[in-house]
Amino acid sequence: MTLNHFLDLALGRLDWHALPFWEMVEQPTLSHIVNGSIVTAAASLVVLGALATVVLITRYGKWKALWSDWLTSVDHKRIGIMFIVVALVMLARAIIEAAFMRAQQAVGLDGGFLSAEHFGEFFTTHGTIMIFFMAMPFLTGVINYVMPLQIGARDLSFPVMNSISLGLTAAGAALIMVSLVLTPFSTGGWSGYPPFTEASFNPGAGVDYWIWAVTLSSLGSTMTGINFAVTIYKERAPGMHLFRMPLFCWTALCTSILMIFAMPPLTVATAMLALDRYLDFHFFTQDLGGDMMNYVNLFWLFGHPEVYILILPAFGVFSEVFSTFSGKRLYGYKGLVIATMCIAVLSFTVWLHHFFTMGQSPSINAAFGIATMLIGVPTGVKIYDWMLTMFRGRVRLTIPMVYALGFLILFVIGGMTGILLANPSIDYQVHNTLFLVAHFHNMLVPGLLFGMLAGYQMWFPKAFGFRLEQRWGYRAAYAWIAGFMLAFFPLYALGLLGMPRRAVGFIEPAYLPWTIVAGIGALVVLFALFSLVMQFWLSLRQRHANRVPVGDPWDGRSLEWATPAPVPEYNFPVIPEVSSRDAFMREKDLGQAYQRPAEYRDITMPANSALGPILTVTGFLMAFGLVWYLWWLVILAGVASLGALIARSFVRRTTKVIRAEEVRETHEAWLRQVAETPAVTRDREQETSNRGRPAAPVSGAVQ
Amino acid sequence: MTDTTPPFPRRFGRFAAGLAVMPALAGCSYANLSFLAPQGPIAAAQRDHFWLVIAITLVVVLPVFVLTPVIVWRYRYGRRATYRPRWSFSRRLEYLIWGVPFLIVAILAVFLWRQTYALDPYNPLPSDNEPLHVQVVGYDWKWLFIYPDQHIATVDELVFPADRPLALELTSDTVMQSFFIPSLGSQVYAMNGMVTRLHLAADGPGRFRGENSQYNGKGFHTQRFSARAVSPAAFSDFVERVRRQGRALDRPTYQILDGRNTVPELTRALDGMGDDALRFSAIPDGLFSAIVAGGPVQALLPGPVVTSARQTPLHQPQGGTP
Repeated sequence: MTLNHFLDLALGRLDWHALPFWEMVEQPTLSHIVNGSIVTAAASLVVLGALATVVLITRYGKWKALWSDWLTSVDHKRIGIMFIVVALVMLARAIIEAAFMRAQQAVGLDGGFLSAEHFGEFFTTHGTIMIFFMAMPFLTGVINYVMPLQIGARDLSFPVMNSISLGLTAAGAALIMVSLVLTPFSTGGWSGYPPFTEASFNPGAGVDYWIWAVTLSSLGSTMTGINFAVTIYKERAPGMHLFRMPLFCWTALCTSILMIFAMPPLTVATAMLALDRYLDFHFFTQDLGGDMMNYVNLFWLFGHPEVYILILPAFGVFSEVFSTFSGKRLYGYKGLVIATMCIAVLSFTVWLHHFFTMGQSPSINAAFGIATMLIGVPTGVKIYDWMLTMFRGRVRLTIPMVYALGFLILFVIGGMTGILLANPSIDYQVHNTLFLVAHFHNMLVPGLLFGMLAGYQMWFPKAFGFRLEQRWGYRAAYAWIAGFMLAFFPLYALGLLGMPRRAVGFIEPAYLPWTIVAGIGALVVLFALFSLVMQFWLSLRQRHANRVPVGDPWDGRSLEWATPAPVPEYNFPVIPEVSSRDAFMREKDLGQAYQRPAEYRDITMPANSALGPILTVTGFLMAFGLVWYLWWLVILAGVASLGALIARSFVRRTTKVIRAEEVRETHEAWLRQVAETPAVTRDREQETSNRGRPAAPVSGAVQ
Repeated sequence: MTDTTPPFPRRFGRFAAGLAVMPALAGCSYANLSFLAPQGPIAAAQRDHFWLVIAITLVVVLPVFVLTPVIVWRYRYGRRATYRPRWSFSRRLEYLIWGVPFLIVAILAVFLWRQTYALDPYNPLPSDNEPLHVQVVGYDWKWLFIYPDQHIATVDELVFPADRPLALELTSDTVMQSFFIPSLGSQVYAMNGMVTRLHLAADGPGRFRGENSQYNGKGFHTQRFSARAVSPAAFSDFVERVRRQGRALDRPTYQILDGRNTVPELTRALDGMGDDALRFSAIPDGLFSAIVAGGPVQALLPGPVVTSARQTPLHQPQGGTP
């Protein structure tokens, strides 16, 4: 075997061209230098960031803690936090990409600085990351953390599977990050329509990166859905009937049902596309009997429920926010549950509205159009339910509430444009234009992102034991709202002027004023991101002053606020008994909060498992090997994955016991602290005197 | 087409459209860009429907804009307004918040149903004159317009008599594209191996911007064309001119046309000059159906057989992808 043969086997199709700066070295034109420098800078950031993390962990000797407290932990709270960390890192990257795209279009009249291929990678990674590696991990993380606490459970039903879900998502995210260093990524958009993504049009590694990143994520999300649904069905505390669950748990349930049914079509679609590309199947090519429209149907059979997977948990968060910060019961609880369920069911009946323009008969289009508009009914009901929740309440304009109010106003605009798009005859005009881009950002930024950020602000003290800094928090919230409006309202106008989405440049001077305003909006959004970072940094520095050890800084209503902050591993020393909705608020009203349990018992908790992190690594390596045709790596990593799964089945000690004595000590110490802590009224909620114990409510939150 | 729309939204529509595009007017020409300034009956009906839906939807949207700030202000913490922390249900309000949106959607659904049928792009348009048949083929990154009755073809230039509606058949010889002339009417996908249909008409002579709105690679943003509605006499002149001065679409030419290139690149590759560079005469019958079938297009064309002729459009030589 010659050296060349060996290298072919060892490196697959990896060569110098994969390096982001290679093209600009070979052909130093201005365009290559500009684009090459941008990618090289981004790749350096990835590499340096990874190196810095390794160096810092080594320097502070945290490898052991990282491994045993975090990576191998199967505690739903820690896994939830890790999900959110992944989401925030990816959020930062995708926002920066968005800013580049806005900047390009702001100068895009007859040119700009980005090459068309590079712009294609930008919108593809931006969309893929925002959906699969920002939104999904963020909402999964929040549900992971909050839902078991709210239903009075100690953990999810399948804690190790939870860790594997995280691992697969993280592996997919890592794959996308690596695609910055070993380029290129796909230019086929987040929906990856064939035949553009077929090997005959895009033979390079880009589409394969996209396929495997999305596949890893979709497998993880399917398992997450199963895990959440089973947990809600089986692990509720005694007395926690389905109709006593906080609304957030209902939305979590609907989302997980949607995940179970909607993720598999995506996995199937990407798997079939992979078969087309790797083994020359012809599922989605027009020759030999394939049909690209099969892909489009499969993709949107996932894709439309997906948008409700994203939005429903945010609706849940907003329900908690409106009721908590209005000091009032949630208006129309049953109506909200019914509305949520309606949305979940209807979401499977509308996928065709993503391709009204395919040329099918008007009856089909009209039926799907009306089904789409019907979703507007339960959604409208929710909006009014939240307004009525504030009605005759005591509304406190905290940071989560700023996000929630921004959402309320902006979301109805997105709803209105959604109704417009649901009309096939109008869709024929605005489909594939920036109007559509503005619409779905109008749903997902104020909807999903504001919801998740509101949840992050509200539950952060629960997770880490101290409140987040206020000033930069408000700045971030207002900058998000203003930035969103500046960045996306112009896109509505551009879409109405016929500007297609995904265009790197344009020749119509009429577009220019709008793209410039949108570019300014992107700057404001960048400032919002910076504010979030500042807020986090200052919060870390001020953490001692802002501690809330008693654990109820916002006068909360559901069970998670009945625990200390941060929450002990076992969540509740004794599983609570629930007798009504808003369980903790009722305890506080009756003066029965912070009770000493009659008896402490040993608590059995799931033991740490290395399976999650092992599958993260092997999953990543398999995907990486598939992308670059490193077959030896695929086989090795595949064998290692199987081996790890088999080895896990031989592990005898899958649980650990926390002694009753230890539980007693921890809990009694906390109860003493509760007794010593002065209660604060709601007007001092944002001051350092708020140690997490609300003043005894006189008829709710009024003091 | 337009007589299905009630008169009120029409007037309201014009007024609102005027308001909406006002900022874009500042020194720019937008007349051929948008259905909000429609140049044909389909686009006009779409514009009216657009504003009608907005007007009806505002019934549920406006109260949110108005009441949210009022509620937040009136019931803000620290003020002595009524406080009912346990109040969480009212049957009467429930009827209202479920009923009104449902009613709105029901009304909108009626309009939706009617307009979807009325504006179905497959419907031939009512007209005293015969429609002009044009067959549209999408390539990377340009459009070929075949005039089967005239036996001519053009690239990125759609010329038609203003008094005749357009009856288009669309396909793609490459990845999926979406054929779109916003100021005239609907867009419809052009897909490889399939034929879709689209009917458009212009109110009068004019020049309208057309585009592909479905991303198809690095030349996507350049895939614009102009559609020109001209007088019948001018159309005859145009056809005559192309027949006389257009170039032959022979095998080597088609080979280049079928490749991945933008219009300027194509013009350069064909050594073309002037207006007639990308106009073709003597187009054989059956070219369009041969392209749709993915069969031997070359067999129809004159000229030397190109050795690297492809069996199907999906096995194209790669350009630019590493």
